[in-house]
Amino acid sequence: MEQGIITAIRTVPLDHYVLLSFLLFSIGVAGVVFRRNTIIILMCVELMLNSVNLLLTAFSAYHSDPRAQVFVFFIMLVAAAEVTVGLSILVMMKRNVDSVDVNQLNRLKG
Amino acid sequence: MLALFYLFAAISVISALVVVSARNPINSVIALIVCFLSIAGHYILLNAQFLAMVHVIVYTGAIMVLFLFVIMLLNLNKATEPMKSLATRIAAVTAGGLFFITLAAAIRNGIQVQAANEFDAGVGLVRSVGHVLFTEFLLPFEVSSVLFLSAIIGVVMLAKKEKHQAEAPVEPLTEAERARRTA
Repeated sequence: MEQGIITAIRTVPLDHYVLLSFLLFSIGVAGVVFRRNTIIILMCVELMLNSVNLLLTAFSAYHSDPRAQVFVFFIMLVAAAEVTVGLSILVMMKRNVDSVDVNQLNRLKG
Repeated sequence: MLALFYLFAAISVISALVVVSARNPINSVIALIVCFLSIAGHYILLNAQFLAMVHVIVYTGAIMVLFLFVIMLLNLNKATEPMKSLATRIAAVTAGGLFFITLAAAIRNGIQVQAANEFDAGVGLVRSVGHVLFTEFLLPFEVSSVLFLSAIIGVVMLAKKEKHQAEAPVEPLTEAERARRTA
């Protein structure tokens, strides 16, 4: 049983997990720049957080150290709080300027 | 096992691309749910069973439902979003691609990892994660409840309709004004 889990985890090279999370993170970055809809920008931020979670979990499994998984747990908590605040800001924005287009919010532009 | 990894990786990358490119926000949310489920599959492959369960419950169960709820409440389920200019879109894709190439080049020789600990099949189960969480990380765990409290209060403050707003509703933007701001 234990031998099975070891081979299961270590047959996938660590580089593959690292590359996968880099790819997901880059897609998130591109999405934040690409889109104008605030909801989708928030979702891309979630995607970036999740790629980091995946990276932490992969290293945690390879090092057999549960501390990194606790960090992932805290990142999930912070993400939940962040999403609630972000979505309520979005509701405010919809109420005040009747749009969810980020290009409408340019009052700080010099 | 490698085949399962590639399957989940392909699902997560393709659904992430759909999230970025779908015109309708509902399709984006559904694609993101698929992406999160495939990431939960990765967690199970890594024997992080506790995280897999928490991930499914918190992300797909709570956060994505919240997204869907907001889309429903605000009536955003139409593909009415104007696209950014072509130059910006090309710049976005280039920036993302270059970012990925830079990161990938940093690990082109592979990552040599000396496992810090003896392999332990119990890592990632509720027992080991819970033990670390409630001994070593007890203070951050308690502080995170304060974070949640402040988030709840902040959300209620933000989303509450103010009195003067309720009496005199803000005029929606005219088309000319919106065009001026967007320009």
